[in-house]
Amino acid sequence: MSEKIKFTIDGKECEGQTGQLIVDAAADNGVYIPVLCHWRDVVPAGSCRICTVKVNGRFMAACTTPIEDACSVENNTPELQDIRKAIVEMLFVEGNHFCPACEKSGDCDLQALGYRYQMMVPRFPYAFERRELDAESPKIFLEKNRCIFCKRCIRMIKDEQGRSYFGFKGRGKHLEIALDKKLAENMSEELAMEAMKICPVGAILRKEVGFATPIGERKYDNVPIGSDIENLQK
Amino acid sequence: MAQKVTIEPVTRVEGHGKVTIQLDDNNNVEQTRLHIVEFRGFERFVQGRPYWEAPVLVQRLCGICPVSHHLAAAKALDVIVGAGTGEGLSPTGEKMRRLMHYGQMFQSHALHFFHLSSPDFLLGYDADPAIRNVIGVALKFPELATQGVLMRKFGQEVIAVTAGKKIHGTGAIPGGINKNLTIKERDALLKDDPTLNADQMIQWAYDAVQLFKDYYMKNREFVDSFAFFPSNHLSLVRKDGAMDLYHGVMRAVDAQGNKILDDVDYQDYYKHIEEEVKNWSYMKFPYMKHIGKEKGWYRVGPLARLNTADFIPTPKAQEEFEAFKAHTNGKPNNYCLHTHWARLIELLHSAEVIKDLLEDPDLQKDDLVVKGEKTNEGVGLIEAPRGTLFHHYKINENDQITMANLIVSTTNNNEPMNQSVNFVAKNMMNGQKEITEPMKNAVEIAIRAYDPCLSCATHALGKMPLDIKLTDSKGNTIDHYRS
Repeated sequence: MSEKIKFTIDGKECEGQTGQLIVDAAADNGVYIPVLCHWRDVVPAGSCRICTVKVNGRFMAACTTPIEDACSVENNTPELQDIRKAIVEMLFVEGNHFCPACEKSGDCDLQALGYRYQMMVPRFPYAFERRELDAESPKIFLEKNRCIFCKRCIRMIKDEQGRSYFGFKGRGKHLEIALDKKLAENMSEELAMEAMKICPVGAILRKEVGFATPIGERKYDNVPIGSDIENLQK
Repeated sequence: MAQKVTIEPVTRVEGHGKVTIQLDDNNNVEQTRLHIVEFRGFERFVQGRPYWEAPVLVQRLCGICPVSHHLAAAKALDVIVGAGTGEGLSPTGEKMRRLMHYGQMFQSHALHFFHLSSPDFLLGYDADPAIRNVIGVALKFPELATQGVLMRKFGQEVIAVTAGKKIHGTGAIPGGINKNLTIKERDALLKDDPTLNADQMIQWAYDAVQLFKDYYMKNREFVDSFAFFPSNHLSLVRKDGAMDLYHGVMRAVDAQGNKILDDVDYQDYYKHIEEEVKNWSYMKFPYMKHIGKEKGWYRVGPLARLNTADFIPTPKAQEEFEAFKAHTNGKPNNYCLHTHWARLIELLHSAEVIKDLLEDPDLQKDDLVVKGEKTNEGVGLIEAPRGTLFHHYKINENDQITMANLIVSTTNNNEPMNQSVNFVAKNMMNGQKEITEPMKNAVEIAIRAYDPCLSCATHALGKMPLDIKLTDSKGNTIDHYRS
């Protein structure tokens, strides 16, 4: 049975449960720690590292590290903010992200973090990797240029037998997201929409629904990413 | 000694171009060419993209009239998603798109007249280039300049409430639109602001037409003798012959007014229009197939639209249309500078249409999208501010675009613009010992009449302007003028 424990984030007194991940405990206390790969109650992947915090002086991923009693977490410091901004920049240059014509624009977590960290121009050179598109599935258009390898789809979009529709193919520089064509043939409408929703970028697109939400009503049109959590305490 | 004049870059046009004027040993103009030196790769890089992305992607061709590309692509995709070839949309879908389009027509025409062209009329084509610009107009005619700015703003606001934002919105989607017009948005444009509302726009647009007419009466000889040459004219018209800038059938008339193309479904445009490539310009030369390359070229844009349409379906613009037609006894008008007059009549028409649409309760309904049986090919035509715009797409069984063809308005006007610069160069420069700045500006005035969007026609990277180059009979550059 979990017990209540106390800890601090940037000096703020917080309360959580034993075994609870730092990122979730922080959210419950109205503190936003950015995430791209994490999804509450789904087995953590720790793949994007955007949630990097310092726990008792050491760099840790907040999405894979449980809180400990009386631990001290640093979150909103210039050093960590710059690291996070650098990660966002690296993700932008590693793929091919052209927001102006992307239907996820306004709903995209990566774009929203770019705005949150005031990214103007990436400090790293663009890789311009050439990745093929996969449009063969009846419901899903897989835009591999935009994948940030968060594994959300692999961990969350599964059939009734627990088989993942999505998986990784290749290694290292050639790693790419792939869709099981056979399974995808019978993918339900709900699951296809769910896959598009949980993708933090515009890599997984439900075919033929793009741009249906008008500008002004998209997720991040009026509030920056993280506002829902930060407003908890207001 | 024979020489070649180069005007580079051409100023106060959208995009980057240059003019070369070849003179012979007696300083007579042998040949004049408008070169478009930018490259546009959109047809190639939309290949492989999902079809529903096209209206948002291709509008990035330009920041001046992206709505035209947005809507032309959406119209082509309406066909692909089985929503019909123009008449199949829901009333809300169709009228919201119309509102967006007339809003953009209004802002673009206001921008062109007040910001780009009016310095030539209000300050004189031979005025000091340092003041012959929008700032010069603002200093000498502050009220008029303010109206120009506010008219453009109004048009942009119309676009914002229909497309989501003023530039590069997402309103039109295959089969319809993604939003309707709220009462609040409607009232903001119709009556909330006493200085910026539809009635005020109609009045200012009307005043602008009168302004041009006054100028014309005082400078009739210059205007009528400037780049006058016969040509064919092509545009969309409504089935009943009315001016319709959003949808219709293709019609073309020759210089005498004979219909040489009529009631043509634009899905079949490729049976009637072909493009020729010339090695000195990135911009192609379209012509009507059944007439041939030599004589089949045509004008598009405001002048052409007033020549092809039988009437304008709004009262004030119709009154001005009648006066315009009376000038040529009902025959097609082939005076290049009358394009400005025609453009301002369209500005007035657009303001009237905007008001009518804003008062239409269909815009508050919720039936936004229509879809039917999917096909793999669609064509969308629209009357963009600068003329007829063609978008043609094919898709594969995976919903990816496999072919795109865009014939933009300025491309349609390629040969007429070349004819115009040649006409003006010959008239102004033949036998002259010295090529003066006003002479060069006259060449630019001829180009400006078409309000060319050189960035759309090819695709711009970098600054806008134009160049004039003067070379001798051996091809050596004698003079190179960059404005």
